[in-house]
Amino acid sequence: MKHINKIIEKNLTKDHATGCGECQSSCQSACKTSCTVGNQACKKEEKINVIIKKSI
Amino acid sequence: MVHTFKYDYDDTTTYYFIYDVESGSISSVDYIAYLCAKKNYNNDFVGTEDADYKQLAQKDIEEVNGEFAELEEEGNLNTEALITTFKKDTRWVKALCLHICHDCNLRCIYCFAKDGSYNTPRDYMTLEVGKKSIDFILANSGPRTNLEVDFFGGEPLMNFQVVKDIVAYAKIEAEKLGKKFLFTMTTNCVLLNKDTREFLEEEMDNVVLSIDGRAKVHNAVRKTISGVPCYDLIKNNALEMRKLRGDKRYYARGTFTANNLDFGKDILELNDMGFDQISIEPVVLPAEDPLAITEEHLPKILVEYDKFAKEYLKRRHDGSGRWFNFFHFMIDLDHGPCVTKRLTGCGCGTEYLAVTPVGDIYPCHQFVGKEEFKMGTVFDGIEREDMREQFSNINVLNKKHCKECFAKFYCGGGCTANAYNFTNDLNGQYKIACEMTKKRLELSLAIACIEKMRENY
Repeated sequence: MKHINKIIEKNLTKDHATGCGECQSSCQSACKTSCTVGNQACKKEEKINVIIKKSI
Repeated sequence: MVHTFKYDYDDTTTYYFIYDVESGSISSVDYIAYLCAKKNYNNDFVGTEDADYKQLAQKDIEEVNGEFAELEEEGNLNTEALITTFKKDTRWVKALCLHICHDCNLRCIYCFAKDGSYNTPRDYMTLEVGKKSIDFILANSGPRTNLEVDFFGGEPLMNFQVVKDIVAYAKIEAEKLGKKFLFTMTTNCVLLNKDTREFLEEEMDNVVLSIDGRAKVHNAVRKTISGVPCYDLIKNNALEMRKLRGDKRYYARGTFTANNLDFGKDILELNDMGFDQISIEPVVLPAEDPLAITEEHLPKILVEYDKFAKEYLKRRHDGSGRWFNFFHFMIDLDHGPCVTKRLTGCGCGTEYLAVTPVGDIYPCHQFVGKEEFKMGTVFDGIEREDMREQFSNINVLNKKHCKECFAKFYCGGGCTANAYNFTNDLNGQYKIACEMTKKRLELSLAIACIEKMRENY
């Protein structure tokens, strides 16, 4: 594509095996006063995202 | 939902991004595609963008729209929500915040725990309560193998022997069941010495070291019981701990207030000291408190995050040895949490619970002291199943203000305790936190994308 560089493909999919519950509870990390989940890592370290290399 | 945002890298370079919220796809685009995305999907032109769009050549617009059609076909743009209803699993507990003591050797004036007491007697957890807490989580963890215990307070090192004994007990009991505990301690660093440091180094998966950044900032709010500033002691103790940790997990964790809205300087000061895992959190206080963050402070705070992000990105790549992680910018685009985790949020009241020194169970540490939220005890288990059920329904799909927010799959709906404290509603919106979260998310996505693009070319 000329105008678009996909950095991350779709990854929020229902059919992916998710929800094992083994990852860290978010408040156990550093914040304790402002929950966030985006910076949590998957315990299984599954590559659920696909990187597409493409130049603009 | 399609979210468009930009990141001004320097005076001459601006990056433009399209984030497809429901699929999680992110693309870096040129200005033409950025304007077309705004026109097609969210119509939120600002400044000269509307005029700029009208100047675009029809050929360029058609070209971009063709590429958009391709993305849509792939399921990477303008996708429909895949999941529209969700309920947390209430069956298993996997994390406990153990309030080892409701006492503290500091009197920080912004402390949400009211000098460590949570407005309760200054109790210390006994080993009996500690063991019962471990028994409780093991008995209620079902299939979960990775369990977490956070030693919290007050100041947990004031009850150090009990911490040591609980860790020893937990390890033995977990092994019998084929499970594993990951321990964390949050400490104000006053009692860090050779013994305590070596224990933490050996046994803790993560150590959170409370320090606020610049000396004047720290000393203005974090004082001893007699009112003596404690910065020098804390700094040295925290640095000794950091050295001992090496590459193991730790955070230098501070708080910013209305008095240091230039908090980026505090983060950088911590980095200059030698810390490379840093978190600085906005203080959570009622609006009438002079240190509270209010809506009037937001414009300055958002600009400060912008300023800080530039220096952050620079330090991570300039080869000066000052590479560091900022907790709220840590987004791993490759190994991020699954969709269930993103919907679930922090898990308070269900998989994550707090235990007071006398063994009472609360949905999380921030609810401790609010008697109406007592869920049970480690001796008798959960008695308020209705409350657990109530917490199980708190997620981004059930919160009105989250449904249409681009940040929902990264913030997980925010802090339930803050929502309750500011709106008296567990599903309410603490707007100040939302605005800061959205700003941090745009910056962290931009930084992660820029770093990934550098990696790939």
